[in-house]
Amino acid sequence: MALTASISTSTTASVRAGLTESKRDVKGYVFAGALLACLLLALFVLTVLMWDVIASAIPVFDKRSTGFLVNDLASSPDKAGVSQGIWGSLMIAAFVVVLAFPVGIFAGVYLEEYAKSNRLTRFIELNIRNLAGVPSVVYGILGLVVFVQGLSWLTGGRSVIAAGITLAILVLPIIIITTSEAVRAVPSGLREAGFGVGATQWEVTRDHVLPYAAPGILTGTMLAVARALGEAAPLLLIGAITGRLASLPGESIVEQLKGKFTAMPIVIYGWANEVNKPGKRTGLTFEDLNAAAIVVLLAMVLLLNGAAILLRNRFEKRRQG
Amino acid sequence: MSSTATLLVSDLRGNPRRMRKERFMRLMLFIAAAFSIVISALIVWTLFTEAWTFLSGLIDDAGIGALIDGGKAPGWYPRNNRFDIPTIVSGTLIVSMVSIVVAAPLGLGAAVYLSEYASPRARRVLKPILEVLAGVPSVVFGFFALRVLGPDLIKPLFDTTQNTSLLVTGVAIGVLVTPLMASISEDALRSVPSSLREASTGLGARKSTTVIKVVLPAAISGIVAALLISISRAIGETMIAALASGRLGQSPRTTDPRDPGLPMTSAMAQLAVGSDQVVGSTLAFQSLFFVGALLFLMTLALNMIAGRVVRKIRNVY
Repeated sequence: MALTASISTSTTASVRAGLTESKRDVKGYVFAGALLACLLLALFVLTVLMWDVIASAIPVFDKRSTGFLVNDLASSPDKAGVSQGIWGSLMIAAFVVVLAFPVGIFAGVYLEEYAKSNRLTRFIELNIRNLAGVPSVVYGILGLVVFVQGLSWLTGGRSVIAAGITLAILVLPIIIITTSEAVRAVPSGLREAGFGVGATQWEVTRDHVLPYAAPGILTGTMLAVARALGEAAPLLLIGAITGRLASLPGESIVEQLKGKFTAMPIVIYGWANEVNKPGKRTGLTFEDLNAAAIVVLLAMVLLLNGAAILLRNRFEKRRQG
Repeated sequence: MSSTATLLVSDLRGNPRRMRKERFMRLMLFIAAAFSIVISALIVWTLFTEAWTFLSGLIDDAGIGALIDGGKAPGWYPRNNRFDIPTIVSGTLIVSMVSIVVAAPLGLGAAVYLSEYASPRARRVLKPILEVLAGVPSVVFGFFALRVLGPDLIKPLFDTTQNTSLLVTGVAIGVLVTPLMASISEDALRSVPSSLREASTGLGARKSTTVIKVVLPAAISGIVAALLISISRAIGETMIAALASGRLGQSPRTTDPRDPGLPMTSAMAQLAVGSDQVVGSTLAFQSLFFVGALLFLMTLALNMIAGRVVRKIRNVY
């Protein structure tokens, strides 16, 4: 009785209101809105970037049509094209596929399937994580000293071979880490069934683990190639050509691999440093050409990236279902 | 009867060909894994032997004092044998600070939204778009910074004197590392057990209170790791710095982000391209390795600390 008396009528009213009336959680909405704004701002930048680049690229493709894609680098924006950049990037990507895929997948499989949990294994794992965080320009130094200068008899100096090996090493940690994750996700029942019928470890790995982990591994390798295609800093140190690159007709593939080269991101870097004078015939500037070059590079990189993301989401869903 | 089925020890040893193959494959896989150690050793060896060559050459030539050039106009003039380290380090520090000021709220906000608020459907749409942003090559961001961010956003907003500045570089790098920041912090947030959220909701906490007072503190070590890794990535970013920082080693030890400057990576790009590469003193070219070694040590330290921090949360849950 004393208790009820001590509670004032206003308190009773506010408690009742709090329990029965619905009150909008304004602060909560503002908070959620601010979070969404962070995400949307990041996406907005992406949209502006894409829109700006595509809008400036359209006149280039319009006026130059395929000439832009098949011409060599040149000092006039009327004539310059990206063919050498595309070709260089494709050759480098081929090196990544040939060198980094087998080594990376093997290393990932070793760490998950074969390695005992000892100090050496832990050291290798720590080492790979640290390698993944090394800035790309430092890999460029490695490439410059070891592959351009040290092994010049093999690579031909500042060449596609040196660049290809360097970028293969650069993306190796990505491939190892994604392979490990994919292999780790394979249910152990699959392995035990294999061992139960007398298969050796390699037979189990080859016939059961790898096929099951294949989509995950493929996703990782596609992301790795996309990364290699967009990487410019190491190539700058290795000495990709930013100005004009004379391509001799009838060069054999070995001569091309050992000769001077350029790549799409380097073309973009070079053109970004050009003087912005419109060409006499087309009125296009190097800035316009650069937007078009970026469209070409983004098409290559984002197609690979998008395919990898789709592939991963698709298999994630199937495994859950 | 029993004489026909004699089981010998050799029958249990398995097919020798299969055993040989097994041993061979095990060796091959081990060599592939051990190759990563060879790469690390090569990186460390090249960086430090060449950096040492530079240092000993510098001691013979200009004196070690050239590294901290305390003269009237300190600055980064590699061809004149003047290597003022504070000039390029301050450039890197300013750029990485600006970029983290951009990336930390954007990335963390996006991560909290994706992990705590977004419906599964919205997540399925938004997350891949963020991953696409992560896939955009940095040289593209460099071009974008030169062409749009610098002249159209930073210059009118902050009243900078020219289109290129440390501020533009920092903002562009911030946008570049936002997806990284978001993805690592989202992993940390999602690893917070849902029982914590349920307990908080059960006590009558609002959603925002639960997020701020329960989920974020529980994920704090993952978020700190995300911050450290983002800073490390920002320090090592080269192409944006090379294109948008203004590349001025003559703006000595600037403290104003609106000034053009020369981050370490930009100095390296400059040393590697163009005339600096061949002419001038060999010492100038060698300084590339010294700066590289410095950069390597800075990022390695940050990544190691981040690794430690991450392992700590694993122990909590």
